[in-house]
Order: sequence, then C-alpha cells, then structure tokens
Amino acid sequence: MRIGVITFPGSLDDRDAQRAVRVSGATPVALWHGDHDLQGVDAVILPGGFSYGDYLRAGAIASHAPIMAEVIDAANRGVPVLGICNGFQMLAEARLVPGAHTRNAHQQFIRRDQKMRVENATTAWTNAFTAGDEIIIPMKNADGRFVADAETVARIEGEGQVTFRYLDVNPNGSLNDIAGVSNERGNVVALMPHPEHAIEPGFGPDTEDAMSSGTDGLRFFESAIATLVSL
Amino acid sequence: MPTIVVEVMPKAELLDPQGKAVAGALARLGKDQFSNVRIGKRFEVTVDGTVDEALLAEVRELAEEIFSNSVIEDVVSVTVLAELA
Repeated sequence: MRIGVITFPGSLDDRDAQRAVRVSGATPVALWHGDHDLQGVDAVILPGGFSYGDYLRAGAIASHAPIMAEVIDAANRGVPVLGICNGFQMLAEARLVPGAHTRNAHQQFIRRDQKMRVENATTAWTNAFTAGDEIIIPMKNADGRFVADAETVARIEGEGQVTFRYLDVNPNGSLNDIAGVSNERGNVVALMPHPEHAIEPGFGPDTEDAMSSGTDGLRFFESAIATLVSL
Repeated sequence: MPTIVVEVMPKAELLDPQGKAVAGALARLGKDQFSNVRIGKRFEVTVDGTVDEALLAEVRELAEEIFSNSVIEDVVSVTVLAELA
C-alpha cells in the first residue's frame, strides 16, 4: 500500500504526514509539486504548510501546480485524496471539495488541540470511525474560516458532505462549525486540523486522560488503508 | 508598455476581518464619520505588446479563474491603465 505525500514550496508537514502513513502501516511516497507524476500511488495526501507563502489566497497558487492535473484526474477516478489544512485550501481552490477559506474571523493565528465530531464515517478517510465519534486533533492556521454560499452549505449538509464539525469552540468563525468536508463520492476529504500530529502517544494533543496522549489521527490513515484493501 | 488593472473585492455578504479591524482603528481615532471599511486587491498586469479585445478577454478570464475565487470574491473591474506619455 503506497500513499503519496506531495511537497510544495512552503509545505511544512509533509514529513509528518509521511511518518503518519508509515506508523499506520502503509508506505509513504514523497511526491514533488513540479512533476506530472503520482508514481502510481494508491492514495494522495496534500499536506499542511504555507505553499507559496499563502500569496494571492492560501492554496491558490499550489492548486495550479503541475502535479495538480494528475491529482484532479486521480480524484475523479476515485483515488483517496486527503487535504490537511493548506491541503484543504488547495483542494477548495481546485474545486475538488466545496467552499473556500478566509482569514480567521478574529484575525488571529490559532494553535489549539481541537475537539471535533465525526459527522460522516463512510468516506475513504473516516471509515475507521463511527459517526458521532468525538476526537481531538491539533489545529494551527490563520486562514481557516470555512465559507460557502447558503445554497452550498445546505446542499453539503443534506448530502453528508460535512465530514467533521468543531465542538465546544468554533476556533475561526467557520460556517456551521464546519471543520472538514468531502466531495460527493467521499474519496476526497479535507479538513483544517492536522491528523498527522495525533498519531503517537507522547507527541499528540492533550486529552482528558493525559498530556500529549491523543492518537485519534491514526484512524484517518487506517481508514484509507482499509478503503484500499477493500477495492 | 500597457498595463491592465484588475480589482477584486471580498463578497459584500462576507465578513471582511481586515476591513473590520481598520474600521475599528478609525473609530478609535475619533473618525466616526466612516461607518465601514472593506479591503480588496488590485492587480497590475503589464503586457508585452498591445492590448486588444482578445487579450482583454483573456485577462477577464484570468481574473475570474486565478486572481479571484468566486466563492469569496468578486472581480469588480478590468481596465486598461492610461499610458503616461
């Protein structure tokens, strides 16, 4: 099982995502934004960071990178694609998932261990969860406020495309507390929090049990592996 | 060389946190005659050669597809900047 992680100029969490793939039991494959080549991977991760310095709009320039032609093609074929933070912004800019992002409503960069509810546990990246599961995943961003027009929000709420919802605190003013969404088919999932930072006890988010003990992020990658095994 | 100017604004119905922060600063300075500030973007695209209708059409398309994101922004104008003699 080979899962590709694309590095863009300004990606920060590509190595963390590769490590999360390895810890989950798959083989990470480093992919480069400037190539027209996914190296035959079974799934693709667009990692967090500040590609192109967030110039123009977060994720906007990266969404036109050479490799995105292959990502869009793969996504449309049903290949599992996960966008994390800046990766979510890229997938939204590429119109592979609905919505867009603006500056956080309070204008602050935010870093917190964020509680979320899994709203849809049937996607390629959430099938190891049960709908309604409450999980804690670290988040860190400045442009994380999810917005879409009212019609789109109503449609994705109705179609089960709201994958994750912030609990307790809406950290950035996202509409309907939306933390993550999917495409209609459920193979493309994108969220602002960082599951790759919640995979090892001692290095994850604080939980009610102990400091740095959260490993809820593992199940994202295990879900993708389960999806690929079932194909 | 001719320059094409593209102006992009956040959609009116969306919160513009940047503009809101500036409006707050104006209010604190006692400039209470201003009720709102919204901040957008201006792109100046320098053209190699001459501007014709086909090129303008291409820039309008770029403005919609790359310079702005229609989910959150509107292209408010695409104009040719008058060249200085």
